[in-house]
Amino acid sequence: MEGDIAEMGKYIGAGLAAFGLAGAGIGVGNIAASFLTGALRNPSAAPGQTANLFVGIAFAEALGIFSFLIALLLMFAA
Amino acid sequence: MAVEGAAQSTEASAFAIYPMEQFVVKPLFGTGPIEWYTITNVTLWLGIAVLCVLAFSVLGTRSRAMVPSRTQSVAESLYSFIYKVVEDVSGPEGVKYFPYVMTIFVFVLFANLLGLIPTSFTTTSHVAVTMTLALLVFLGVTILGFVRNGIGFLGMFWVTSAPLVLRPILALIEIISYFMRPVSHSIRLAGNLMAGHAVLKVFAGFASMAVLSPVAVGAVAAIYGLELLVAVVQAYVFTILTCVYLRDAVGDAHH
Repeated sequence: MEGDIAEMGKYIGAGLAAFGLAGAGIGVGNIAASFLTGALRNPSAAPGQTANLFVGIAFAEALGIFSFLIALLLMFAA
Repeated sequence: MAVEGAAQSTEASAFAIYPMEQFVVKPLFGTGPIEWYTITNVTLWLGIAVLCVLAFSVLGTRSRAMVPSRTQSVAESLYSFIYKVVEDVSGPEGVKYFPYVMTIFVFVLFANLLGLIPTSFTTTSHVAVTMTLALLVFLGVTILGFVRNGIGFLGMFWVTSAPLVLRPILALIEIISYFMRPVSHSIRLAGNLMAGHAVLKVFAGFASMAVLSPVAVGAVAAIYGLELLVAVVQAYVFTILTCVYLRDAVGDAHH
């Protein structure tokens, strides 16, 4: 496919792919919220769990970054 | 943050903002084609990052004073911080590989922070750079796992706590996710940095419009602060995931 329609589809696709980031946002927010809930109940245990917090955030975020990558590929590489 | 980067660069072409222009790899001398040996701006900034790491480590540990200077105390606290991370996450057996983890952390940290200097080049925003780091970790961990545990390393994919019927399916999923590790490990770092820098550039572009410029300048300052945080956190995340992968090889094979 060529021409304006393909170009338009590319941009629409990139915009749709960016929606994937919403899932990552929800995921990261959930993790942070749960961490705070737990940390406020038992503040003495919180410092030991920051590593787990960041690992969780990283894993949740990676999936969002994948969809961001698809958007970038559509915009600049396809 | 990343949503804005993707969405606004779509509309940005109307304002003649090119958020992706900053990631173009250019030869440092002349305008020839880029071969594998060409010295590009990536080479330059990778070299500067290595020099910074060297200078930081040498200056930080040169005097070894009882009462540390500022540089020394920063170097010492980074050292003990990463040492504790390796010990906590990878277990006591993983401490043997602490020098490699520390090297990765300091290098990624300096590469990220150097990228924040205006007009500089963010080397870690390129998947080629981060994929090299991630593949080295991936291959290293795989080889180490087979050397230490022999064929028992494959037991990692055979989840004994699951019902027997599910185990082949879980093994397949585990194997796929194992091979996706270097992909997610590298894309996470590169994607975060690229998104952040693109957002910075988009807001900097809005400053050219008179109505928006006060807001845009304030926004750039705020996002710059956020990017400082992201640079440090992503270096930390890269390091901690290295430790998590290392645990599979040196710890008990069944996690």
